[in-house]
Amino acid sequence: MRASLLTSWKVRFGLAVLGLFVLLAIFGPMLGSDPRANDISAIAEPPSRDHLLGTTQFGQDVLAQTIAGARGSMLVGILAAAIGTVIAIAVGVPAGYFGGAVDNGLNFLTNLFLVMPVLPLILIVAGYVQGTGLWVIALIIGLFGWSGGARTLRAQAMSLSNRDFVLAMRMLGEPHRRLIFAEVLPHLSGWISAMFLHGMIGGVMAEAGLAFLGISDSGSISWGTMIQSAQQQSAVLRGLWWWFVPPGLCIALIGTAATLVNFGVDELSNPKLRLARRSVVTRARLVPRRGEV
Amino acid sequence: MSQPVLEAREVSKHFPVRIGAGRTAVVRAVEDATLALQPGRIVALVGESGSGKTTLARLLARFYPPTSGEIRLRGKAVRGKERDYHRDVQLIFQDPFGSLNPLHRVRYNLERALRLHHGVRARAELNRRVLELLDRVSLSPADQFVDKFPHELSGGQRQRVVIARALAVEPKVLLGDEPISMLDVSIRLEMLNLLDRLRTEDGLALLYITHDIASARYLCDDIVVMYAGRMVEGGPKDDVIASPLHPYTKLLIDSSPDPDRIGGDRDALFDSTAEDLGEPPSLIDPPSGCRFHPRCPFAMDVCKTAVPPRTELPNGQWTHCWLQQEETR
Amino acid sequence: MITEPAPGLVTAATGPNSTVLSVRGLTVDYLTDGAPVRACDDVSFTLRRGEILGVAGESGSGKSTLITALTRLQRPPAVTTEGSIEFHSRDGSVDLVSLSASELRALRWTSLAIVLQSAMDALNPVMRIGAQFVDVLRSHDKGLGRKDAWARASELLGMVGISADRVRSYPHELSGGMRQRASIALALACGPELVVMDEPTTAVDVVMQRQILAQVLRLRRELGFSVVFVTHDLSLLLELADRIAIMYAGRIVEIDTAHSLYANPRHPYTRGLRDSFPPLRSPLRRLSGIPGSPPDLRNPPAGCAFHPRCPDRFEGCDQERPLLVDGVACRLHQSGENRA
Repeated sequence: MRASLLTSWKVRFGLAVLGLFVLLAIFGPMLGSDPRANDISAIAEPPSRDHLLGTTQFGQDVLAQTIAGARGSMLVGILAAAIGTVIAIAVGVPAGYFGGAVDNGLNFLTNLFLVMPVLPLILIVAGYVQGTGLWVIALIIGLFGWSGGARTLRAQAMSLSNRDFVLAMRMLGEPHRRLIFAEVLPHLSGWISAMFLHGMIGGVMAEAGLAFLGISDSGSISWGTMIQSAQQQSAVLRGLWWWFVPPGLCIALIGTAATLVNFGVDELSNPKLRLARRSVVTRARLVPRRGEV
Repeated sequence: MSQPVLEAREVSKHFPVRIGAGRTAVVRAVEDATLALQPGRIVALVGESGSGKTTLARLLARFYPPTSGEIRLRGKAVRGKERDYHRDVQLIFQDPFGSLNPLHRVRYNLERALRLHHGVRARAELNRRVLELLDRVSLSPADQFVDKFPHELSGGQRQRVVIARALAVEPKVLLGDEPISMLDVSIRLEMLNLLDRLRTEDGLALLYITHDIASARYLCDDIVVMYAGRMVEGGPKDDVIASPLHPYTKLLIDSSPDPDRIGGDRDALFDSTAEDLGEPPSLIDPPSGCRFHPRCPFAMDVCKTAVPPRTELPNGQWTHCWLQQEETR
Repeated sequence: MITEPAPGLVTAATGPNSTVLSVRGLTVDYLTDGAPVRACDDVSFTLRRGEILGVAGESGSGKSTLITALTRLQRPPAVTTEGSIEFHSRDGSVDLVSLSASELRALRWTSLAIVLQSAMDALNPVMRIGAQFVDVLRSHDKGLGRKDAWARASELLGMVGISADRVRSYPHELSGGMRQRASIALALACGPELVVMDEPTTAVDVVMQRQILAQVLRLRRELGFSVVFVTHDLSLLLELADRIAIMYAGRIVEIDTAHSLYANPRHPYTRGLRDSFPPLRSPLRRLSGIPGSPPDLRNPPAGCAFHPRCPDRFEGCDQERPLLVDGVACRLHQSGENRA
């Protein structure tokens, strides 16, 4: 299963990019220079040999900031995705598996979160919670972003729990807990990993969006805060493109990479998406037919 | 005749269904079904799709409770824990590709059954009994199959694993829901022979559900025929096939392929069954009286209004048909 | 590619006993990333006008591949690599293998029709049944008026026992059996000479199956088309078909009239398959089917593909592959010089 996942170039490329950013987030700050150091000799300079990606209005190195920002953005992305996925599993799977009253209750909760106006709520909650650190931002994004996933998992768990092999194991006397964890959940791994990747893109984007709206910890560095301060200093109008393009590009790249991995996971869990290999189709066309040669 | 091990007494099952916005209807899937399974005997339940035979099997397996009527195990009405019930009654599903989790090896399936029902914990003991079970369903050499995943097995081999898993529980009753219909033709008889052997060796009571009356005749002792949720006829297999009492049973037998008939005039052979009798009714709004009356060539007025009572013959054959009521009166 | 028939043969080509289809050495491969899988291997047979030829086999025997190749419905990765399918229609002979897509379109419905197992699901759900007939009829006969086409549609539905007032129904208003009959009527709409049926009654019940087949037989009597009927149910074919081809692992292992195939099967596989159907009326005896499983076509056995399961195999069966000679491909029935 793992081997076939890696044969797709989309998955390999996506995983490579994601891996690179994770490494950057973990080890980046060790190798780079201090992102907060102000070089007053170079204010808002374009890329040069000293500052490969230029400097900001405050003389801070954009490359060092981008590397440091990877840590912040990845932290928010992964944490938000993890929180959202765990809640989605905890709500969606039992709802689908047990049905009945359990389903009614959990489904009501899901629908409640689904129709909630998330953005204004996040603004209110973020304003209410003192000291909006990145952890708090991740927690808020995760807490408000699980309902779509829970709906999907509920539907899948519902159809799985009526499959013959689950009924057969139930007939053997397997307890519900084991039926859920050993029979139902493993079949949802494709959905869950897709959901996690989706949540990660969402988390990175939401963090950037919230930072742009001013909801962020001004002390910490993430791609979102970078773009926000670039915007505050009118970087676009002043043509300081090197300030906002690198963090923006990084966000786009992570989104693309996660989406590509997602495609691969989808193809794996839904063979209908796996079209006949192009090489095979081409060869099929090339086979000479009698009478045509 | 000995006491039946599993019995259904006038069991009915109605499913509520949603038809369009806010409106519900009731599907009368099984109505007043009575059936008894004896140790060491095989009863075949024959019917077309939609006749309610699978619903009846699932009622007997306690996948859902009956709407009315009762199911009795060893003479006692069943209630209480499902696990205790399934110690005695196991069901074999139709689709061997669907009833094994593709992520679990053969060993896992059998070991779970042994752990849950016999408390076997020791590795060596588990291994010995797993191999023993595979041998009993003729999956040999057993040690070659034990660590395989379902997708590495053929349909017939999977169905043997499914049977072995049911046997691991050491049940008294085995319900086979079309256990061979999805297997390749050439290996079906081996599967029937295996079921027959289990009946002889273990004295299992077997319910064999099928749409193929010829395979029912090959395996079973008694045949019960269902039509549109109701039982229409039953009795010793050769009596039922040689002289069916109910017009539906006759139609079913005449429609089944029988190569012994070839050699004559093919067109005449097919024309004899060509009469367009329509199709089985919807179970949401089944015909009143005898459910077969709209298709029955012998339908009388009484058939449209009253459900025919049971008529029994001295040879053990019985039917629900007004024609027979008239004759025995 | 249309070959001009010799002048003297024109009447013979359309006479009652003439050949309508002759398949020679048809070979179909599934191209994979590895070695190609041969799903149909050197299949040859002929079909006479008005005849019903049954094709029986288990899963993986190549019978469905044969059907898609015959009707040119196959899609990559399946490829016809060798062989010819000579179709002798009213308008002359063509090789279906080398027809272009547009030539093929002209032939479908009018000369060559197909009924699949899922045909009843292929009806357009948002079009009235009759309208679908009208579409087909008018696209193949441009001069046909709308009114006449509707009348013809009712007539066609009537032929398969669907009353004329159903012509304005939508597919979902008909039951499964009726839809399957409607799709058979649709296949016959333009008066084809050859109808290929792939398990057309597997999805309906025995009683309905019987009624549908009785109607097919009656229509064949009236309209005189030929049928290739594919199914796994040999007991049904024995009653229905004139001749039967038994396929195993992509090859025809035996082809004979239904009667002699039943009374005197020559290939051990045919015998095993016949004995896999318990009798309905004659005395019961213990039957055992055929031990073992059908072969994996990705890695077929050497020699005769059936030899690992064959009760009568003898020395050499695992090396030499018997050819279809005199209607049977088995070394038991081949004299020395035939053993290639």
